[in-house]
Amino acid sequence: MKFGVAVYPGSNCDYDTYYVIRDILNKDVSFVDYRESNIEKYDCIIVPGGFSFGDYLRPGAIASHTPLTNALKEFTEKGKFVIGICNGFQILTEAHLLPGALLPNNHGRFVCKHQYLKVENNNTPFTKKLKKGEVIKLPIAHHDGNYFVDQDTLKKMEENGQIILRYCDKDGNVTPDSNPNGSVSNIAGVSNDRFNVFGLMPHPERACESLLGLTDGLKLFLSIIEN
Amino acid sequence: MEERFLKAHGLTVSEYKRIVELIGREPNEVELGVFGALWSEHCSYKSSKPFLKVFPTKAPWVIQGPGENAGVIEIDDKYAVAFKIESHNHPSYIEPFHGAATGVGGIIRDILSMGARPIALMDSLRFGDVRKDGTRKGIKDTKPIVKRVVEGIGFYGNCIGVPTVGGEAVFDEVYAGNPLVNAFCLGILEKDKMFRARATKLGQKLVMVGSSTGRDGIHGATMASAEFSEETESKRPNVQIGDPFFGKRLIECTLEVMDKGLIEGCQDFGAAGLAGSTSEFGSKSKMGVRVYLENVPLREEGMTPYEILLSESQERMLYAVNEENVEEVLKIAKKHGLEAAVIGETTDTGRMEVFYKGEKVADLPISAIVDDAPVYDRPRKEPSYLKEVKSFNQDTLPEKNLLESLEKVLSSPTVAKKSWIYSQYDHEVGTNTVFKPGHDAAVLRLKWAVRPEVKTEKGIAISSDGNGKYVYLDPYEGGKRVVVESVRNVYITGAKPLAITDCLNWGNPENPEIMWQFEQATKGMAEACQKLNTPVISGNVSLYNETVLSDKRINIYPTPIVVAVGVLENVEEAIPSFYQKSGDLVAIVGQVDEKPNVAGSQYLQEVFGIVAGDIGKVDLDTELKLMEFIQKAKKVIKSAHDVSDGGLITALLEPAFKGEGYLGLDLSIETPYRPDFELFDELRSIVVISFEEKDLETIKTIAENLKLGFKVLGKTKEEDNFTLKVNGKEVLNTKISLLKQIYEESLEGLLK
Repeated sequence: MKFGVAVYPGSNCDYDTYYVIRDILNKDVSFVDYRESNIEKYDCIIVPGGFSFGDYLRPGAIASHTPLTNALKEFTEKGKFVIGICNGFQILTEAHLLPGALLPNNHGRFVCKHQYLKVENNNTPFTKKLKKGEVIKLPIAHHDGNYFVDQDTLKKMEENGQIILRYCDKDGNVTPDSNPNGSVSNIAGVSNDRFNVFGLMPHPERACESLLGLTDGLKLFLSIIEN
Repeated sequence: MEERFLKAHGLTVSEYKRIVELIGREPNEVELGVFGALWSEHCSYKSSKPFLKVFPTKAPWVIQGPGENAGVIEIDDKYAVAFKIESHNHPSYIEPFHGAATGVGGIIRDILSMGARPIALMDSLRFGDVRKDGTRKGIKDTKPIVKRVVEGIGFYGNCIGVPTVGGEAVFDEVYAGNPLVNAFCLGILEKDKMFRARATKLGQKLVMVGSSTGRDGIHGATMASAEFSEETESKRPNVQIGDPFFGKRLIECTLEVMDKGLIEGCQDFGAAGLAGSTSEFGSKSKMGVRVYLENVPLREEGMTPYEILLSESQERMLYAVNEENVEEVLKIAKKHGLEAAVIGETTDTGRMEVFYKGEKVADLPISAIVDDAPVYDRPRKEPSYLKEVKSFNQDTLPEKNLLESLEKVLSSPTVAKKSWIYSQYDHEVGTNTVFKPGHDAAVLRLKWAVRPEVKTEKGIAISSDGNGKYVYLDPYEGGKRVVVESVRNVYITGAKPLAITDCLNWGNPENPEIMWQFEQATKGMAEACQKLNTPVISGNVSLYNETVLSDKRINIYPTPIVVAVGVLENVEEAIPSFYQKSGDLVAIVGQVDEKPNVAGSQYLQEVFGIVAGDIGKVDLDTELKLMEFIQKAKKVIKSAHDVSDGGLITALLEPAFKGEGYLGLDLSIETPYRPDFELFDELRSIVVISFEEKDLETIKTIAENLKLGFKVLGKTKEEDNFTLKVNGKEVLNTKISLLKQIYEESLEGLLK
């Protein structure tokens, strides 16, 4: 499986993601510039975290109108994989590759901490190494992670199993207190209805080595490389 | 020349006379602006310079000491780290958000200009006591300042992708009208690829890269060199506006042109803008510079030569580039979406010649602007308050309910957990942060911190500290303590402390008592640096931290902030601050048998409302022994935390408040002294450690061989309970989760 890590001006988790794929998973990976539209050679493109284009206008809004993001549409139609982490998730919703939108956190502050998450669907290419209902812990670090989607779409997404991760407490209870940003239905990660595009606010690339504290991110990456 | 006109440029009549003498004529307005900015306290260090000479600056591992944009030390045969701390105090009171944000941006560019990739930020903050909001006259409320400063720091650091890995915050009323925002940055570089702020030959082109130039921040340096008055609001336009998105691209562009060998020297645009960076360049290169202002990319119409030369617009860098590389540098800048232009060149005249559309608007000898800036031997006098505060006798204090006192201390904003602040900073981007905020020191691995990747098991430990109250009570010993505190936080992780950077935040230097504090404190700091073998490799001085009200002048505590940096041979072996498991023994090592002293303590301030006492001498030999103790015992020590703010009892409890859980404690202490003094003393050199019971003899022997005091106090346990006996009598028996809650929720409650 050949990975590409998207680089927009202002991306800042690009190196971290690249490092995990190359040095921890030992997979083939290259950086892909935002002006690039020829992405045929990749099997999976990861759109990393950061502040693409300074988050001007809205997070992800400008990045969603670049040659690379435009090319992702055709890329996904061919069934190839795209994963958006944090700002990458924002870019994918702005590009309508994923449903919903990410609003400013309901408390108005940036939040950086370790967060429990419940795996809602493990029958996806992104979560197959996890158990359904499993509680994992990943870092979050965002100002605009408040996921919003209208009730009709939410219902459809739930029926399809597109809700992949929800914020929860350490025992797996999905409660208002365990919601760090005001997201609808505590949603932390979603997929498209074809299950080849995945967006999540938490940072799995920061949770792949015991030295740094958390290792659950590795399970997501190990799921993806199995495809 | 009218005095009023000179004052607008921050110059005195005698300074003006000196200028006329140096250049042999009256300066024009542009030239006067250049002198005003470059001779400001902020740029010239005219009051502090003579005292900074006492600092040791050399060690075998120091590659670059003070005098450049940042200091550099080697960490192994291939890599080095560059670091520095700088103040952004005045702008942060006037416009907290952008004041703090641009402080972060500025220090990042200082590190970058040395050729290093910035990988860690820290911030030392001082605010008024939030509990006093609504009661002050002529001074703003603290809460909105705290919120906006924290937001500004996060805004810049989070976006630019450099993690904020630690820092500290103190809340004390003396800082209400003059909050301190000191920003620290550390970067990593290949040892033989360091850059300096200089051109390497005549005729080299000066290329300006980054953001375009606007009217923001004109006179920022002069503003930072005057005291505050009630008219400070009118200075808001002097505050610069930061744009971390430009900053991020500037990092990538600068590292790219450096990596490709396209530039010879690098300097960021800081205080005094273009005038400052070009003259610094000329001075350090021992060359002249010719500057063409019409080439400077502008963002505003109708800017005058004066404004272009002195604007402090952010996110700009100056490169010295050989003619044959200019085109490539401009191309790379454009690729990163940055403005770039050749704005001048080096000459053999030794002068700074500034042209605007063919007309010469300034022509000054660079030596006059930079090297001949006045240096003042300001009068100094021992402060009258010292006798009174030192005569305080702690034995007159009534004994109070211990649990209530403990709760007051743990919930005081200075001692309480700072997660409300650091959860707003991305502290993990870059995936190098091993010990995150909340530990005594931040620990970073260096693997893959830069491209090309670093292959090393080594790590670094960083800690910032600066107890201004101690320096107020005894400038010499307080200065020593500040160095000791930050160095101790580094060595208790098992790291070898290598060097420090400092930011000296002081009041009005024209007040002889304040200048006396400055002289004493710097001498004290120097003694500690000498003894601990941690030279000062960079730093900054911020004076005039004084608030002038209609009826009085308030000066801050003399507040030196010290950031110590050390190296760990193997980052996986770093010792955490928190107890690791139940059943481990808890012991104290160091001056555990000395008579306790609550002078200057949080206990004294929070429980009795008193700031006084004789803080005594800090024993540097004990520090060296403690350092050796940690090195010898580090394989078996499971956690280490030093006694500081909040005293021994706080230092025993904090390691139990780990993450979302806790560990219970059963402790017992024998002491011939008053229990409250024993428990709340902050001044003895003591480290709280935990270890497995089987290692007791090993650890005890190491302590005894070093003639260090050593007492086992008890054990950690699973149960939600904390018991404490003093001389066999139970004095505390409470839920540890309750104490943790008080400690963790207090600050958020106050700032909500």
